Amino acid sequence: MRSTQFLTALGLTICTFPGIALADGHCAAGKTLEDGKLTIATGNPAYFPWVMDDAPESGQGFESAVAYAIAAEMGFEADNVVWVRSGFDESIQPGAKNFDFNMQQFSITEDREKVVDFSMPYYSSAMAVLTTQGVVDAGAEANLASLKSLKWGADANTTAVPLLMNLVAPDSDPLLYNDNTDVTAAIQAGQIDAALFDLPTALYLSAVVVENGTLLGQFPADRSENPDQFGALMEEGSPLKACVDEAITVLSESGALQQIEASWLSETTGVPVIK
Amino acid sequence: MTTPSSGLTRRQEYERRQRRRSLVIAGSSTALIILAIVLLVPLAPGWERVQNSFFNAEVFAKSFPKLLSAFLVDVAIFAWSAPLIAILGLAIALARDVRNPVLYPLRLFGMVYTDVFRGVPVVLVVYLIGFGIPGLGLPRPWNSPYIWGTVALVLTYSAYVAEIFRSGIESVHASQRSAALSLGLSSSDSMRFVVLPQAIRRVIPAQMNMLIALQKDVALLSFIGPVEIFRQAGVFKSLLANFTPYVVAALIFLVITVPTTRLADHLISKQNRARS
Repeated sequence: MRSTQFLTALGLTICTFPGIALADGHCAAGKTLEDGKLTIATGNPAYFPWVMDDAPESGQGFESAVAYAIAAEMGFEADNVVWVRSGFDESIQPGAKNFDFNMQQFSITEDREKVVDFSMPYYSSAMAVLTTQGVVDAGAEANLASLKSLKWGADANTTAVPLLMNLVAPDSDPLLYNDNTDVTAAIQAGQIDAALFDLPTALYLSAVVVENGTLLGQFPADRSENPDQFGALMEEGSPLKACVDEAITVLSESGALQQIEASWLSETTGVPVIK
Repeated sequence: MTTPSSGLTRRQEYERRQRRRSLVIAGSSTALIILAIVLLVPLAPGWERVQNSFFNAEVFAKSFPKLLSAFLVDVAIFAWSAPLIAILGLAIALARDVRNPVLYPLRLFGMVYTDVFRGVPVVLVVYLIGFGIPGLGLPRPWNSPYIWGTVALVLTYSAYVAEIFRSGIESVHASQRSAALSLGLSSSDSMRFVVLPQAIRRVIPAQMNMLIALQKDVALLSFIGPVEIFRQAGVFKSLLANFTPYVVAALIFLVITVPTTRLADHLISKQNRARS
């Protein structure tokens, strides 16, 4: 009798609170830094449109929204998601990490995989050429020959650097900078003609940050060589990887991931493709 | 008194034994410390990961050639900055030494200049000048980060160098100037032929230290674009998710800075011997 009551109660709980039921039985149980909480890291500052207003707790912005979706899928309620800030260097240094996983547009590469673990990709990014109207007026066009002759810049800490060398192979050595802000300062100062960014970042920079900014064109995301895919970064050998992968698979198969993408990342088809 | 076969006095022999003894002790204590480090550090639980992140042979081999060629950029910036710094530093030092009341504004300028540029971190000056001045709308190539980065380095370092020159100039006793003037030299000639030759010689060891500091601070230009060794190491770090390229860069720097440091020490001790 007692056991029947218990089972009924359990069944009721599962029906009414599917989230809690998941947390008990889900693979993430006991594998996080703090039991019952999921600690997610992002950049400092975190940039638009990945995180809005540098406030990941709000769930506003693509990565912030994806993070909460993954957390929900893994059985963590929004209240149990803890945000910390952690740069790339801190994420790859040996030793204990202060996060369960880290989302800040980390491109998955073979070399990085040797040191840290990446989840399955949650976004495939096209690369876009950010420039100014002045450069376009001076005759820059969306073809490789024209791109080669430009003076290039990029954020030194991103995979934009090897992509630039492989896709464009500019005639003169590119200048490299610490972050987006410095790259845009150099564009504004006329020290560089163009810079390579992932498309959503480039769209934002051209619309909001760079005066007279414009996008010359994009290298599509589904190119066969060097696709640029973002994954959540975890400690090498993290037991959580399987759970995060599972959550992302569910999200992308159910179409939830595409929905989040549509609501936070602007329409990108208007940008001409570079031939 | 018995003379030992080596021809040394007992005192000399005793001192030689003492010297040998202290050499042996110094050698064995150093060896012990190194042995302890070599044996104990790898026992730390995280050693394997640290070794993989900072002392990875594969990454070392992969990044070394490119880092070495990027280092040439540092050498070039250093080579054209150092003489400019020496010239401007000396000029500022002389400006601070003018005695003619009409030229007081020059003196004031020298004072404000050294105060401002010694008071602001180099990297801030590099940022402000490296992005600020080209932002005024200069056409290429006049907005090059190489030009304005060099200007920033020269401005900052010449403030320090000027102060060192000034201390040298002030260390030459006033009686020498008076003597030169009484012999009929003009005041600029007495500065040129009497004061400066002594002043500059006296501050060479101190200036060597500035030279060593400059060798390393050249890397700050990477903040405004140039891909020199520090930036190139950062690119490798980002792509390979490994800190070994920074260790490689540090080693390349050491190959250049250690000999200059030794030379500076040698000059200082030579000067101390000459003075005592």
